[in-house]
Amino acid sequence: MSLMEIKNLYKSFGGLSAVLNFNFNMEENDLVGLIGPNGAGKTTVFNLITGVYKPDQGSITFAGQNLVGLPPYNICKKGIARTFQNIRLFRDLTVLDNVRIAIHKDVNYGFLGAIFRTPGFFRGEAEIEDKALEYLKIFKLENKKDEIASNLPYGEQRRLEIARALATSPTMLILDEPAAGMNPQETRELMKLIQWLRQDFKLSILLIEHDMSLVMGVCERIFVLDYGQVIAEGMPEEIRNNKQVIEAYLGEEAN
Amino acid sequence: MQVINKRAGRFIVEVLVLAAIFSLGQYMINTELLSQYYEINLTSMCINIILAASLNLINGFTGQLSLGHAGFMAVGAYISVIMTDKMGQPLIVGILAACLAAALAGFIIGVPTLRLRGDYLAIATLGLGEIIRVVLQNIDYVGGPSGILGIEKLTTWAWLFGATVLTLIVIVNLINSSYGRAIISVREDEVAAELMGINTTRYKVLAFVIGAMFAGLAGALYAHYFYIIKPDTFNFMKSFDILVMVVLGGLGSTTGAVIAAIFVTALTAALQAFPAIRMILYALILILVMLYRPQGLMGNKEIGRETLNRLWGAKK
Repeated sequence: MSLMEIKNLYKSFGGLSAVLNFNFNMEENDLVGLIGPNGAGKTTVFNLITGVYKPDQGSITFAGQNLVGLPPYNICKKGIARTFQNIRLFRDLTVLDNVRIAIHKDVNYGFLGAIFRTPGFFRGEAEIEDKALEYLKIFKLENKKDEIASNLPYGEQRRLEIARALATSPTMLILDEPAAGMNPQETRELMKLIQWLRQDFKLSILLIEHDMSLVMGVCERIFVLDYGQVIAEGMPEEIRNNKQVIEAYLGEEAN
Repeated sequence: MQVINKRAGRFIVEVLVLAAIFSLGQYMINTELLSQYYEINLTSMCINIILAASLNLINGFTGQLSLGHAGFMAVGAYISVIMTDKMGQPLIVGILAACLAAALAGFIIGVPTLRLRGDYLAIATLGLGEIIRVVLQNIDYVGGPSGILGIEKLTTWAWLFGATVLTLIVIVNLINSSYGRAIISVREDEVAAELMGINTTRYKVLAFVIGAMFAGLAGALYAHYFYIIKPDTFNFMKSFDILVMVVLGGLGSTTGAVIAAIFVTALTAALQAFPAIRMILYALILILVMLYRPQGLMGNKEIGRETLNRLWGAKK
């Protein structure tokens, strides 16, 4: 059984069909890329999976459970975490707080415990902080834990966003253009990190990316989206030579 | 072990400081060092601190612009007076009933309106706050537009001090916990919070209910100090007054709300003799603060243990 299966997904905004009959599946521990020209509907697909938008039609199942109609926080609790194309950190909060908020769903002391400052509260808080620091360490952000998130350089903000997503302890990680705005050196490090995360955390990763070196370098399977439809699917090699894909990106050859 | 000892030590010091402040206040009231006039202002200050700190939880920390805080205060005031004045119960029953009723009102109003955002929420809460006032105006049991007169003065310094400290402790402890961070994440980015597993609706309603509950507490204390309550006391201008304190202090700063509540109460008292220029000066101060310090006096910073520790460290 596939980890994630999407069948006949439709979504339109007014008269514009953003996603048209989208079919998709991925297995556990897969590393899949979703590419396509601007406006092809990639981010809309992510928003449909994570519950930000409700699909007009179609089904999304994750580990055998239906996701359609669930609120986003519930989808997160089922084990899907994501990052955003245009970084959406909690800008005015510290780096540590950003990650601690993502751990909140596993908080192990009660609301009254917090108000009365029970021993359980102090223990729980210490656990949350330890966990958060672990994630920050992975992304080399532990010595910036008290900085305000919006003061971090761009590349670190991107890393913090992945750290925050990881802190929700997901089984599937969805990355929306993780390398956007990064220099080649940072992109190479990110590629290594993505592969390492996948192995170490046994994650299934789905990513949107425009940087072809990254997509071709790490993804095992690629879906190509154009005008809301999958126009090609396969290994990086196959995609590279696919005529339809080249047309979608560069236009038709003149004869 | 050392951590626990340090924590216990700090706790004892804090209890002693609070006890000292309380005793000083009580002593000054008993010996009439503090005249009636100052005692009234002290009472207003405590009530305003509770109101500002609780509205700050909704507007400042959760980022939901509510303009109906006086409505919840009215619910608390009326319910507590019904309990004490009409049913002959002691003040504690009146206060508990006031808190419960205001929290319930907050829940009933919060669940449908917190789906709205920004301006829409402000207008909805403004309208509902006014509805509470108009409903009270039309209930003869509580005196209609002329309200209830001759309420027994039961609010003592002990009640005021205890209620203010309790409110601040609950709000500060809540905000400095994982639940508080969840509440703040709603203000920061609702979509991102939701996608990080935070049930944003639940935390918005939670903050709204707790805020309303403390407004009810303030209403009960108010009613049992000032002899009279009438619906007009809790009109839109009252909500606006509280909002001014919160904005002046800095959205998302409990210390800011406390400082601004004290400042605004003192200012109102000082300018009582010049009613004509009072509102002008009031508006002028607001304009100046907004021009030169739009984030409020404190921004979203707090004065707390850490600040004290820093000052202490700097001295050494």
